Parts: sequence; C-alpha cells; structure tokens
Amino acid sequence: MSKKTTVKTGGKAVAGKTTKKAAKPAAKSTVKASKKAAAPAKKKQSFGGLSEEILLRMHDLMVKSRVLEERLIKIYKAGEAYFWIGGPGEEAWGVPLGMLARKGSGPENDWLHLHYRCTPTMVAMGMTMIDSIRLMMNRATDPSTGGRNFSSHYCFPEWNVAPVTSPLEVQYPIACGTAQAQKRVGKGALSIVTGGDAGTAEGDFASCLILASRKGQELPVLITVQNNGYGISTPYDGQHGETHIADRARAFNIRSRVINGNDPIETYLALKEEMEYIRKTGKPSFIEAMVTRLYGHSSADGANKKPALFDPVLNFEQRLIDAGILSEKAAKKIWEIYETEGVNAQEQARQEPVPTPESVWDHVYVNNENADWRKF
Amino acid sequence: MASIAQAIRMALHYGEENMGVKDIFGQDVGAPLGGVFTATQGLQTAWNSTLDERGIIGMAMGIAMAGDRCVAEIQFADYIFNTMDLLKIAGNTLWCTNGQIQLPMVVMTPVGAGIFGSVYHSHSFDAWASRLPGWKIVMPSNPLDAYGLMLSAIEDPNPVLYLKSKALMRHKGDELIPGEPADEKELKAMIDKPVQNADGWKPRWPELEKYMVPIGKGKITRAGEHITVVTYSRMVHLCDEIADKLAEEGISVEVIDLRSIYPYDWQLIKSSIEKTGRVLFVNEDTEVTNFGEHLAYRATQELFYQLMARPRVLAGKNLPGIGLHPNLEKNSVPQLHDIESAIREVVAEVP
Repeated sequence: MSKKTTVKTGGKAVAGKTTKKAAKPAAKSTVKASKKAAAPAKKKQSFGGLSEEILLRMHDLMVKSRVLEERLIKIYKAGEAYFWIGGPGEEAWGVPLGMLARKGSGPENDWLHLHYRCTPTMVAMGMTMIDSIRLMMNRATDPSTGGRNFSSHYCFPEWNVAPVTSPLEVQYPIACGTAQAQKRVGKGALSIVTGGDAGTAEGDFASCLILASRKGQELPVLITVQNNGYGISTPYDGQHGETHIADRARAFNIRSRVINGNDPIETYLALKEEMEYIRKTGKPSFIEAMVTRLYGHSSADGANKKPALFDPVLNFEQRLIDAGILSEKAAKKIWEIYETEGVNAQEQARQEPVPTPESVWDHVYVNNENADWRKF
Repeated sequence: MASIAQAIRMALHYGEENMGVKDIFGQDVGAPLGGVFTATQGLQTAWNSTLDERGIIGMAMGIAMAGDRCVAEIQFADYIFNTMDLLKIAGNTLWCTNGQIQLPMVVMTPVGAGIFGSVYHSHSFDAWASRLPGWKIVMPSNPLDAYGLMLSAIEDPNPVLYLKSKALMRHKGDELIPGEPADEKELKAMIDKPVQNADGWKPRWPELEKYMVPIGKGKITRAGEHITVVTYSRMVHLCDEIADKLAEEGISVEVIDLRSIYPYDWQLIKSSIEKTGRVLFVNEDTEVTNFGEHLAYRATQELFYQLMARPRVLAGKNLPGIGLHPNLEKNSVPQLHDIESAIREVVAEVP
C-alpha cells in the first residue's frame, strides 16, 4: 500500500468524523476571531496558550511518528520483519511526553521507562526513523538491541531511555530505582514510567505506587497509564472494579488525574504541570491518559487501522488547519516528506548487515567476558 | 574469628566506604534489626524496604541502571521465587541491549536447610540460579570467602547472586579477614549491636582491607588421591569431615569448594578428576535438573576415558518441600552418612 493511499483513506474515513466531534470548538473560535480581527489571541486561548511553534512542532512529530509506525506495519506485511507492535493512536500522548522530558544521560536528567507503544515519545526525543526501522528489521545496526528484540523495544542510554521489556509492568518498580538515584543527586530530575491499562493488574504496578509514596521517602516518579481500553483482545470492562485507574493512586496520597490523551494540548499542559510539581516537591504524580489503539494490539491481530476510532493525528491536523495555523498544502507536504524518509530508510536498512551467528555470545557479561561454560 | 554474618557485614561496610555502595536494602535490613541474621547491622546505607520481593529486585535494577551500586536482600531464598522473571530480565538486560545497559547489582539471600527451617526456610536456589544466564552466582562456605566474594560481587559490573547458607551464618572460620581483630570478643564489642540498651549504638569498624576472592575460582579444602568431591557452601564442611574420617582408613578424598556456581572453575575440577579418576558432586538442592548433573554430564563427556567409576550426584531428594521434623529434613538433604556412603561406593567401584 502506498503512502498516499494510506493517508487518503485514513483522512477521509477518520478526519471527517473526528473533526466533527472534537475540533468544533477550535473551528468556531477561529471563525469568531477572524470577524473581530483578534485572531492571534483567540487562537492561543483555544490551544491552551501554547505557541504556534510548539503546536506545529507537535503536529510535525505526530505525523512523523504515524508515518513511521505505518511504515513499520508495511515492512511487516511485506514479509521483511517477523512481528510488529507499536503505538499508532498514542501520538497525542507520546509526542508531548518526549518533548517535555529533560533529555540526557546521568541522574541529573529524566529517566524514561517506556512500554512498547512509545514510538511517538522516541520520535519526539529525536530518534531517527531509520533507527526504528533497523530495530524492526533486526539489523546489526539497530542501536537499541542489535537485532535481538522486537519492534519498539527501544533502548537509548544516552537519553536515559531504559530498555523496553516484553514482560509488562516490570518497568514500574525499576523506575523507582532510577528515581532513588535521581533523588540522591537532587537536581530535580524525575523518572517517567508508562504502561497500558491491562498491565496495571500486575503486582508490579502496586509495587510502584507503594515504593514511590512511602511517607518521608517519596520518590520523584511520574507514574502514567495509557488506557486504550484493551488488553490484547480483552476489553477494559469486566477486568476493572475501579472507576479510573488513577483512583488507585489516590489511596497512596499520590496526586492523580485522568486526561484525554488524544488531545495533545491537554496532554502537554498536564504533563508540564505534573513534571514541574515533581521537580519541585520530589514527590510522585500520576496521570491516566485515555488513548486510542488505532491499529490493534500488534501484527498478531492484523495491524489494520480501525476506521471508526478517533485519530488524534488527523484530528489535531484539522484543528490547526481550521485555526489557520497550518495550511492543507503544508500539512500534505509534511506527510510526504516523512513518507519519503521512511521509504528511503527501509531501503537503506535492507542493505545493512544482520547479526552474525557467532554474536549470540556477545554481551552476556560486560566487556564480553566469557560466559560459555565450554570455555571455562 | 568472625562469623559469616559478621564477615558479610564487614564486607558491606567496606563496600559502602570504599566501593561506592549507596543502597543496602531489603526487608528488615535497616535499623532497628539490621537483617534477620544481623548481617546488615550498623551500616550507613542500609534501609528497610517494603515487604515486596519484586519491589526489592525492581528497585535494585533501577538503582543499578542509573549507575549506582547497591546490595539488595531477599530475606530468605524461599521467597525469591516470585521475582524469577525480574531476575531473568536483570540477567538479560545487557544482552538484550547489545551491551548498552549494565546492571552492577548484588542480590544476597539465605539458602538451604540445616536449621530445621521447615518448608519455607529450607529451600535451595543454586540449581534455579544456574538457569539465569547473565548472572554470576557465588556461594561462600567460610567467613574469609564470604568477605572476599562479597567485595568481588560488589566490584563486578554484572548482576551477582550471593547465596549464603543460613545454617552457616554463625559459622566461624580459621582465617582472619584482613584488618579483623584477632580477638573475637573485641570484634563483637566493636561491630555487634548489643541485645539490650542499644539506643544510640554505633559500630566501631576495624580498619578493614580489600580482599577479593575472584568469582569463578574454586579452592581445594582437602587434598586427596582416590576421589574428587565437588561441593560448595554448607556441604563443604560435611564433605571435609568425611574426608578427614576416611583418611584414617587410608581413603584419600580431595574436596573442592567450588565457591562460584557460575562461572565455575572447570579447570580445577578437571585437573582433580584427571588425578583421581573418580568424582562425586554434592549439594543440597533437589536432585532432578540439579547443577551437579550438569557437572557430571560434563565430566562424562570430557573425561570419560579417564574415569574409573561412574560420576555421581548426591543432592536433595526431589520432594516438594523439606519437612520440619528432623526425621523429615535429615531424609531430604544429604547428611554425613549419605556422603560417606556415596564416597565409599564410588571408591569401591571397579571398572
């Protein structure tokens, strides 16, 4: 499937619907603003006071992430990868998160303990498309795992991005460990942890709530859940007695909120506020973001777009167009640029080396100390 | 002479003073108790965790990931089983990230029977641990090794499991730790928290010195010619005792204290078997898929034509648990008479 078809289909089927539902206020205010010749002020107000630069940056990164994820799916469907799992539909949550994290290595910078729907965050932090594609195609050049692990299992120590693990929820108590080191350094850095709604049933989620909130020993952790309403095929309803997952945090005196993770403005503002709170107080905070699982769980259930679902990228794009911040032509150009980048990256990755059979023994121990008992 | 508990405590003190250890934690590890075996009394960086083994291991992984050194404790190995996938992840993190993320963490936990600890204070963990690639696993049998292996574990850039025999925690060796006062009463007065009137107590640490026991290096505790007995931890002392007894009959037993389960000292085992032609592997974990079986397999494969008898494994019976009554425990894990019988059998076998 070509990029154009993908975008067109998605745009037609989803943008119209989502625009009607969610973008009305933005459209209305824009019209009103133009009549009174006070557009800039009105525009800003309707976008939470965020600058056009931030808005356009967010849009650009959301599109980039979406195009990348769709490229990964195409790579899978073309038989050039074994498995796909990712985060299309979570761009409005993940991109602001990546933009706001204090990026760098060492305990004075934020640590990110992400799960496998975090491509939008990684793109916002500066990951190139080809590095995601290298992981998808298990190249030796894959900087995250060297061709050893599934798609979206990123690891970028230079940005304090902890390795994404397949076992769910283990990242939550690990985040408390990095937060412990950050707290010791005292530079206002925090550990950010993300995960899905179904995984919160694991005990590790409760471990994190407890470890982060002990009186007098609170840890600077931003605990987040992306609630897409499903655990593979099992719907949220029937598996949860709590009204909101965020309610569980309140029992530990962790301040918490539920946000619309499909709205990048609301997400950006909420994340900024909670991050500032944690940096200032050293105490944890909790965000449950309601998001969309736009392409299903993984390639195991088809990885096909669900046209009836809310598309946060197309919706946000339409809002920006309606507000006169972005032109349709400019928007189209952005999609095209990233599509070209993705195609070229795939082509390049195809040419790159794959792991050698002998490399299985590499990195069992640090500095390749022998771990093969045959050689003891 | 220091006990193993005191040796571990001194090693941890040395670690926090000189090797960058910043967190020593687990259930009841901090004040007021300082560990259920007192191995963490008086340490500057010791703190009490929640009663949550997975939380403890997860925290340790995060601390190590951030670059700080830590020693975490699971109070008894009997309660480590719910952390198995975290241990697996800790062991594969370096590999999965293609060498990018190191986890220099130590997890220590008391193991094994010998104290009539019933079903959930008697588990062994060495066979399970040997199936956690990426970890190094050590099992000291005496205070000096306990000290030296702890310092090596702390210094190692890989995750290290430090399995300490609970029955040996009060065991005293016959070699002083460098810096340890020769008078054990003096040591006790310096570093043991008083049982009563302990308010405001602080330890007075001896001037300890760095002493490392390399991970992966075993030690011959009894030299012999007729049979090699490969063992570790608590079983070393039982095997030594039998070796001394049989020596009086002219049966010369070589006992190897392996000290490290992984990596293990194959060269020491190999050279000994090449000399004796007979080998018995002794440990107290359950016998099916036992670590000793791996060693016996290897001995068979590599030394088959030099063996004068079938390699044997003497281990704990393959039972769901170790029952409390002495009749039950003693019939579940190897005892002196079991070791003696097994040695006699192997020595008597005619090819």
